[in-house]
Amino acid sequence: MEVNLVKLNINGKEVEAPQGSTILQAAELAGIEIPRLCYDPELSKMGSCRLCVVEVKGNRLLPASCVTPISPGMEVQTESPAVVEARKTILELLIANHPLDCLTCDKLGDCKLADYCYEYGVKESPYVGEKHNYAIDNSNPFIIRDLNKCILCGACVRACEEMTGQDNLSYLHRGFHRKATTAADVPYIESDCVFCGQCVAVCPTGALTEKTMAGKARRFNIDRVQTTCPFCGTGCNFDLAVKDGKVIGVLSNPEAPVNGRSLCVKGRFGWDFIYNEKRLTQPLIKKNGQFVEASWDEAFDLIALRFNEIKEKYGPDSFAALSSARCTNEENYLVQKFTRAYMGTNNVDHCART
Amino acid sequence: MMLLIGTNATEAHPIIGYKMRQAARRGAKMVVCDPRHIDLVDEADYWLRQKPGTDIPLLNGLMHIIIKEGLEDKKFIAERTENYEELKEIVASYTPERVAELTGVSADDLYAVARLYATTDKAMIFYTLGITEHICGTRNVMSIANLAMLTGHLGRPGTGVCPMRGQNNVQGACDMGALPNVYPGYQSVTVEANQEKFEKAWGGKIPAKVGLKIPEMFEAAHEGKVKSMYILGENPVLTDPDTNHIRAALSNLDFLVVQELFLTETAEYADVVLPAASFAECNGTFTNTERRVQRVRKAIEPIPGQANWETICQMVTRMGYPMNYESPREIWAEMASLTPSMKGINYGRLENESLQWPCPSTDHPGTPFLHAGKFTRGLGLFQPSEHIPPGEMPDEEYPFLLSTGRILYHYNVTTPYSKGISSIWDKEMAEVNPLDAEKLGLVTGSQVKVSSRRGEAITAVKVTDRVLPGVIWMSFHYTATPTNALTSHHLDPITGTGEYKVAAVKIEKI
Ligand code: SF4
Ligand code: SF4
Ligand code: SF4
Repeated sequence: MEVNLVKLNINGKEVEAPQGSTILQAAELAGIEIPRLCYDPELSKMGSCRLCVVEVKGNRLLPASCVTPISPGMEVQTESPAVVEARKTILELLIANHPLDCLTCDKLGDCKLADYCYEYGVKESPYVGEKHNYAIDNSNPFIIRDLNKCILCGACVRACEEMTGQDNLSYLHRGFHRKATTAADVPYIESDCVFCGQCVAVCPTGALTEKTMAGKARRFNIDRVQTTCPFCGTGCNFDLAVKDGKVIGVLSNPEAPVNGRSLCVKGRFGWDFIYNEKRLTQPLIKKNGQFVEASWDEAFDLIALRFNEIKEKYGPDSFAALSSARCTNEENYLVQKFTRAYMGTNNVDHCART
Repeated sequence: MMLLIGTNATEAHPIIGYKMRQAARRGAKMVVCDPRHIDLVDEADYWLRQKPGTDIPLLNGLMHIIIKEGLEDKKFIAERTENYEELKEIVASYTPERVAELTGVSADDLYAVARLYATTDKAMIFYTLGITEHICGTRNVMSIANLAMLTGHLGRPGTGVCPMRGQNNVQGACDMGALPNVYPGYQSVTVEANQEKFEKAWGGKIPAKVGLKIPEMFEAAHEGKVKSMYILGENPVLTDPDTNHIRAALSNLDFLVVQELFLTETAEYADVVLPAASFAECNGTFTNTERRVQRVRKAIEPIPGQANWETICQMVTRMGYPMNYESPREIWAEMASLTPSMKGINYGRLENESLQWPCPSTDHPGTPFLHAGKFTRGLGLFQPSEHIPPGEMPDEEYPFLLSTGRILYHYNVTTPYSKGISSIWDKEMAEVNPLDAEKLGLVTGSQVKVSSRRGEAITAVKVTDRVLPGVIWMSFHYTATPTNALTSHHLDPITGTGEYKVAAVKIEKI
């Protein structure tokens, strides 16, 4: 397909972008990042936070770059004094009604609001007024919802509808009381929520956070290890969040080839089975009908003795191995290899409730 | 267009299900064939609610209409397939009227869906366990393939037949040769050249005889022919059909080794239990349902002290067969060197990309869809089939039809160990139709005893019209409600898959 390229000028630089791009996209292509809160490349456009405003020559108003299409010869300034002033005002208005408890907020380090306030030197708000005093929704084991920190960017509403299709979130009320919440404003646990956590993955502030990670680590102290989900055959990828050698949660990885940032409740919140106290940590040998803990050496010795003995006595086909559709390829390869090459039988299969 | 048959995608493969839902909302046509009112029914243009166990007549009925109306892809049939005449002959008797009678789906809907599928250029069929877990599972799958070939819906993007693999690495376990009839990469054990190749690479003498499939293994254990077993990371006592039979088989073994995360029902029968490491503790790869190989990366030190591959290597070395690998990377490399379809995939490439096999060389980009231009066997073979009723149907004594499946919140047998997940979804809620509930005096939350000819289980019920009258639907995730004590002992004679989808049971209020 032919794409027509449009030439324009951003911050004095000649740039090109496909026809139909927005100013924000064109800037991004040229390596210029425009601040944004409600814009999310995977979601429909809302154009409501207005943080992405830019100055366009010949236009008296400052248009929101996330919804304004480019046109040939357009001259754009993304950080002009007027733009910076407008952004400061927007941020000041936002934090006027935002608890400034960043010191203990789990999201700090991955909070766009805090990042932009830092960038534009916004410390406190000249606007004093009423603050929200919403009860924190702690109704479920997965997600903490603190709507006092909500900036009404609508990303959660759009993610629930456009990524999962659950349509569990929408806006209630108007003006100061406007709220992005569940139908009838009930806690998540009483709503139609399927706990996919997409809303958490897209929330730019600390309004929606992972409960398992609460108080465990600031975002900049987390190591992220990209891996593949161990539950179903979809093969979603995500990052395990690791702090001090322990997994504390799962974070979406936008690079995931199959799923992007989407996950389901199992992938996002089911990982804690790895720390279940019933995990086996030592080999067990059954003696007189009871399991007793043994060393690896003892266990391997007994296994070697008995498998070899039985093979000797009854022949290779008296052995069978069940490998696992839950284990890695490499583990499966080893199991079938030793079954065939050493035990001398093709009696190998795996539990395929496909 | 998407035709879903026997697959509850939003629960079994949620992300795929979510994407289907989005596609339907953007205007793609969706047809759901399912006896149960699954979530995607609400997004579908057509819902064909066939009676459980009547997939073949349903598919034959669609093909009947397609042929009758001349909507088949004549060119595709002539150039790419064989045995069309037999198909035509068999489906001839599946008139819409007869199929409506057998399946409970109206003739009008059959016409509409047959026309829609045949005349849509890009039409895909998706199926999962709802199709395979029947006595006629293989025949069901063949019938689906027949429908796709008949209309030429294969080998182009946006077409084809997509079996969605259930467990995270069921595809990979098959690819790696954890099957009794093939080496890695589906190289047959009965082909002499393969046997020579692997004997040379691995040392040792490998028989050219196909080994035992799971049900045969347990049968042989029963008969005392299989004496020792090694089981890695699976819990057949909970997940396989007819639990009691499997328990008896395991007790009959002389020696059983189980390598597991937890002391499962199956591990209880072991003589030696080796502690396993979880996915977060091991390096390796999984292969998803699209044949996409992706890395699993170690995030924390193994809780039992060593990774699973190390445990296997040490165990086997002790037995007298040295396995000295440095890392999973090296294991993969050995496998790939022996497996033409994976030769081009290595850990280096997987750092930057995920690759779908076949990928025969390191400059090959991988293969997103199969059967372009040519089937693996050359021409596509039509393998038509007559209706095969389920092995066991409700009768006077056992008047309900039990069907089983999985729910969103659990994955077989691992998720119940997730505290968060099990704190909300902690017990079986068997689904019963309101009409039956009224007759039996049940409300949501009532406790019932469900019994079949093989065993019984206690469960709470949920009254819902998601299921048809006469049907009870249960999952199999909970130790407290061992659903598979009830399920049928009937197996698909070709794959040995259990008929989990249909069994006759009775329900008593307790
Ligand atoms: S967790 Fe998922 S279903 Fe629940 S509100 Fe968030 S996006 Fe919607
Ligand atoms: S909860 Fe988060 S994502 Fe939702 S509107 Fe508020 S700030 Fe935006
Ligand atoms: S996150 Fe959910 S859909 Fe994705 S692979 Fe894991 S279990 Fe499957």
